[in-house]
Amino acid sequence: MTDAKFLLFFFCAAIALAGAIGTIASKLPLRAAMSLLVTIIALAGLYLTLDAQLLAAIQVLVYAGAVVVLFVFVIMLIGPAPETSSAPGSVVWRMLSLVGIAMITATFAFSFVDVASTWVAPPAGFGTVRGVAGEMYTKALVPFEIVAMTLTTAIVGALAIARSKTASELAEMKRRRVAEDASAAAQPAE
Amino acid sequence: MELGLGAYLTFASVLFGIGAVGFLVRRNALVQLMSIELMLNSVNVVLVAANRFHPDNHAGQVFAFFVIAVAAAEAAVGLAILIALYRLNRNIETDRAHVLKH
Repeated sequence: MTDAKFLLFFFCAAIALAGAIGTIASKLPLRAAMSLLVTIIALAGLYLTLDAQLLAAIQVLVYAGAVVVLFVFVIMLIGPAPETSSAPGSVVWRMLSLVGIAMITATFAFSFVDVASTWVAPPAGFGTVRGVAGEMYTKALVPFEIVAMTLTTAIVGALAIARSKTASELAEMKRRRVAEDASAAAQPAE
Repeated sequence: MELGLGAYLTFASVLFGIGAVGFLVRRNALVQLMSIELMLNSVNVVLVAANRFHPDNHAGQVFAFFVIAVAAAEAAVGLAILIALYRLNRNIETDRAHVLKH
């Protein structure tokens, strides 16, 4: 690891953690989405320190370009309503869950922090489009096709769920159809 | 100080912890979905770092690619469910989502 990578790691890691804390701490969903965007771009920089150039590009394209935009679209659809009051009696459970997660995280973090390692130099073409795609299309072709089908199914499912009618809309449709039938019956036959 | 594999694993576990805390503490379903994205991203960091540690193949990066694809599908379906929930309840707080409770 060179000094430049060392600096880039700490720079990106600090920005990513700050963005993650902003994501879960901000009251407005739009600010949370923007903090998520900061985290994702910082993670793309982190992939660059790991010689994963293709994944860094995919991270920016798919996450920053698609997923965060999807979040922002949904925030625009349903309005930026901040969180209202929480359910009564849940503060203790919430604190307990927070403490538990913090303990598990601290256990992992402090056990990993001493893992020293010597990095070996990557072979030529490591992390490039040719390298990753060659491996993906030779050794992981079936999972690749399954992921394609999963994405198609997800699109169809998302459309079907988001376009479904609510109970009041169904009742309104039925009421209108009954009214149309009644008016058609009232017309004199020609 | 030498920057080893442990630095990446520590960073990823802290990021996962932040995402898990966000999922458990927040009640806004949008922010909970964003917390899930944070956790999936931390797993990707571990996969890519481990792949860089054993650079004789690209298994970790291919796995991270599949995780990104599945996360995109999950975000699309999750946000569609959220919109359906909002049309039903005029509210996206998970404490008040009790359609399936009774």
